[in-house]
Amino acid sequence: MESVKRPLSPHLQIYKPQLTSILSITHRGTGVFLSLGALLLSCWLVGLASGEAAFNNLQEYTSAWYGKIILIAFVFSLYFHLANGIRHLFWDVGMGLEISTTYKSGYAVLIASIILTVATLFLGGAL
Amino acid sequence: MNLQSPLGRVRGLGSAKEGVHHWWSQRLTAVALVPLSLWFIYSLVVVTGADYATVVAWLSNPLQAVLMLIFVISLYYHAALGLQVVIEDYIKPEWQKIACLILVKFLALLAGLSSAIAVLKVYLGL
Repeated sequence: MESVKRPLSPHLQIYKPQLTSILSITHRGTGVFLSLGALLLSCWLVGLASGEAAFNNLQEYTSAWYGKIILIAFVFSLYFHLANGIRHLFWDVGMGLEISTTYKSGYAVLIASIILTVATLFLGGAL
Repeated sequence: MNLQSPLGRVRGLGSAKEGVHHWWSQRLTAVALVPLSLWFIYSLVVVTGADYATVVAWLSNPLQAVLMLIFVISLYYHAALGLQVVIEDYIKPEWQKIACLILVKFLALLAGLSSAIAVLKVYLGL
């Protein structure tokens, strides 16, 4: 028997990227990335508890240029996930679900996470 | 009239498989992590570049130690719930999906408990 060719829902690659969909997948991406950051935090805490030698050893990596870049990426991801998470919490109580509002809050999330990241780097002396 | 399938009835599951518990825990940890994350980034700014003695003194403060404990526990709970949804959405063969779910739960428990013990060790000066 020949299989019935039923229409499939549109595939991802033919959708025009929109701010809302980009922010949605970025929320997931930053979430997964921050889970790796959590493991790094655990390594740092265990290193601190292991004594001065282990701590200094770790500090050498975190203060190297690649360590700083990774740290900055984590700070931005945390701010983004935090700001967009608050946006999600508002949606959960039924607020801000109009399309125009989701665009405004989306831009607010982007701008806030960039400003907060820059401010943090400035205060921390680029960490 | 019972609208459940016989298999669903035997397994005792609804369509969400566990009701709203997962959803609610995710939001509850999210709300807790809002102030905790801001405290964490502030701590990061304060502590980065500091030497061993300074960082130990910082974490020996009961307020910082308690906040770090709550932060780490909420963080791993929230991460495990979030990664679970991502895995359920994207990992296809059922056995790989289950293997990943178990791995994430085990890792979250291992890393979360290790962090908690590390914080306590520094705090108690052991």
